[in-house]
Order: sequence, then C-alpha cells, then structure tokens
Amino acid sequence: MSDASRTRKVYAIERGTVIDHIPSPMALKVVQILGVQKEGILTVGMNFPSKRLGVKDIVKVENLLLSPQATDRIALVAPTATINIIDGGEVVEKRPIHLPAEFKGLLRCPNPRCITNAEAVTTWFLREGGGAEMAVRCLYCERVYPDPAELLV
Amino acid sequence: MDMQGRSIVSIRDFTHEEIDAIVHKALEVKQGKWPRAMQAKVLATLFFEPSTRTRLSFEAAMVSMGGQVIGFADPNVSSAKKGESLADTIRTVTGYVDVIAMRHPLEGAARLASQVASVPVINAGDGANQHPTQTFLDLVTIHEEFGRLTDLTVGMLGDLKHGRTVHSLAQALSHYRSRLVLIAPPSLRMPEHLKRELQASGCAIEEVQELAEIRGELDVLYVTRIQKERFADFQEYERVAGAYRLNREALGGACARARIMHPLPRVDEISGELDGTPNAIYFRQAHNGIPTRQALLGLVTGAIR
Repeated sequence: MSDASRTRKVYAIERGTVIDHIPSPMALKVVQILGVQKEGILTVGMNFPSKRLGVKDIVKVENLLLSPQATDRIALVAPTATINIIDGGEVVEKRPIHLPAEFKGLLRCPNPRCITNAEAVTTWFLREGGGAEMAVRCLYCERVYPDPAELLV
Repeated sequence: MDMQGRSIVSIRDFTHEEIDAIVHKALEVKQGKWPRAMQAKVLATLFFEPSTRTRLSFEAAMVSMGGQVIGFADPNVSSAKKGESLADTIRTVTGYVDVIAMRHPLEGAARLASQVASVPVINAGDGANQHPTQTFLDLVTIHEEFGRLTDLTVGMLGDLKHGRTVHSLAQALSHYRSRLVLIAPPSLRMPEHLKRELQASGCAIEEVQELAEIRGELDVLYVTRIQKERFADFQEYERVAGAYRLNREALGGACARARIMHPLPRVDEISGELDGTPNAIYFRQAHNGIPTRQALLGLVTGAIR
C-alpha cells in the first residue's frame, strides 16, 4: 500500500483542516499553538515518511475550517507545513504557511527586566529577516532573539 | 512634518527625514525662535527611578518656554508604591496634562505607557533599553559642530556592550553613511546582532581594542563609562578602566582634532586636564538637552510646528 493511499484510507476526513508536512516531531506543538485540543475529533500522526522532509507529522482537525490568520501562527515551529481545507470530502483550498510580520500573545519575552514580565501586557514580537536568519525582536524591551520557537508560551 | 500627538519612545521609530527635522527644530529653538511656545501647557515628569539631571533638564525646558510641570521624582511617593499598575497610573495622569516624560527601571515601560496614554509620552529612559532624548541631543551637538550629520567618522570608546546611549546613537547615525570606529575591550564589545543591523543599514564599522590602533582621523570620540559592577574581579576592572582613560597624552594621533563627547556623569574616564581644550564639548552637549527637549515637547504637543 502506498503512503498516499494509506493516508487517505486511514485518515481521510469529510470536513475540516489537514495540516501536512509538519517537521517531526512538532505535531503536538502545532496542536497546542492552534489551541484545538478540545475542538472535536483531532487526529495526530507522527513520523510518516516524506520525500520533502524525510519524516513528517500530520494533524487533522475535523469540522473546523481554520483561517490563514489561525494557521500562520504555527510558522515558527512548522514553516514547511501545508494547509488543506476539506469540505464535502474534497480539498477546497490548499495553501502554504505565511510567516507573519509580527506575533502577538504567542511568545514570552525571556528578559526578566522586560515590562511584559511585570505588567499584564500581551506580548508583541516583530519578525526580523526570514529563513535560517530569522529572529524576533520584542516590541517592548527591543531585545532580539534568534530562536523564536524557544519563546513559545 | 506633523508630529503632534506622537510619542518619543525609541530612536528606531524615526526615519532619516524625521531625525533631520527634529535636529533642525532644536537648533531653531536654541536660536530663540520659539519663546513661550509651551504657555498654558502642562508636563508630567513621572520618574519611577531617580535621575536628577534628566528630570531637571525636562523641567527647565518646559518652564523656560512658559509651561508648567507636575510630577514625582521618587517612586516611593507615587501610587506604584501602593501596587497600582503602570498602565493605570498612566491612564490617570494622561487626563491631567498635555504631555508626559517618564523614566522607568523596566525595559519597554515607555512603549506600554505610549499605548495606554491619550497624550504623547516622551521616554526619559526605560532601563537599559532606550533614552531617545539623549540621542537627539547628541545629534544636535554633532550637527552644531560640523554643520552636518552625514559622512562623519565617529569613535565610540568604553563599554559598548551595555551602553544604551552608544547603541541608540549608532542606530541614528546609521541613517547618515557614518563610519563607526568601535574601541572596546573584548568583554565589552558591541553585541553582534546590533553590528549586523548597523552594517545592513549602511554603516561602515571598524573594531579596535585601543585608540592607538585607529587608522585615519576621528571627527567625534564618544566616551562612555566602564562600570565597576560589570566586572566580577575588581583588579580586572581597574586594569581595563585604566586602559580606557582619556587624557592629554592619549589625545594625539587619530584623536588630535576629534570632538570629545560624553553622556555624563563622568567619573574619571576623561581627565579634567582636557576640559579647557577645544576638543572637549561634553558640557555644551549636556546644555543642548534643553533646546532638544524643548523642540520635542513643542513638536509632540503641537506648540511648535
């Protein structure tokens, strides 16, 4: 049985969002960032063989058609992911992840002298650069962090 | 350029053209073009951390243009002591005044204040992060000396790792095709990410460990204090600080004509024997804090256009 038919037979959904090409082992982190743990049936598959990535994870969220704003939030942990929106058993939309220019409420500033760690403030980070050179800057204390995934709340 | 209602939080927020406009406005103010511009305006100076020099400079700037000042110089007398959040303090004070100047020990405090205030907030220092009015007064001083900000060679000496004044000044100068010569001991070098940012925006950077290694001449030598608390070992501090002390003897070669600047207060990093030389402009630099802050107060309140 090919990987494609196995995926379809075991995991096909009628309606919902399929997040494919997640670099392993980030599937659970993706679920956490999307905040869909309690949003109905959720299928998490890890360590599938992948031509593009070697191994990949897949997350399927049934009955929830996630917006680009929602799925772009996973860019920090799964920049290679592809989003398939399924309705009536058909793929009605296929899109890549766009790296947002800013991240609000998603990351925590590790600087103990930053105001966001002293007051009730929604954290706000600005992206600097892209690809392997990507870093984020805290809008408040202006410190730069080269590994944003480590700052996930 | 209309800056009415705008907060002055970080030098990063300003374009080349905006920096030019502010510097020129400060020089106009210094020439006496905007007397009494702040009449009937009220400034709140909220100093959650003491800083006599900066606070007095803001207050003198406001009063000498006909404005009024309220505020506190010590957080122990503010409601922060009772546990009120900064955001709530600002939301309250914003209804009493036309403009707020704030110093706070936490980084990013001024950004937060500017988001919740309905009047402009001027950052008078937020921890180790930014002190933009210092940067603007530095630029005003340089412009006054050279008649321009472009194509200057600026040496920065001392603690370039922690010094917010040199970081902000370097960011501002990166708009002006500057050549920066960084003179610091290995443990106090400018952070890599900042150097990359400066180079990306057009600064040529040269790094040396001692003044004697500089090739060519400096237009400006910006000196900062090397602080004792940065060193675990006192003897190491003494050795490093001693090597970066500026005196008449060190003032040959590349520094012969350099204008010496310092954000003050100095301790002993510039010898008093240099005070009377044409190179020393650090006290004039401090005095430029008045017209610079006057220009900023006037621009953000709409009293100066």
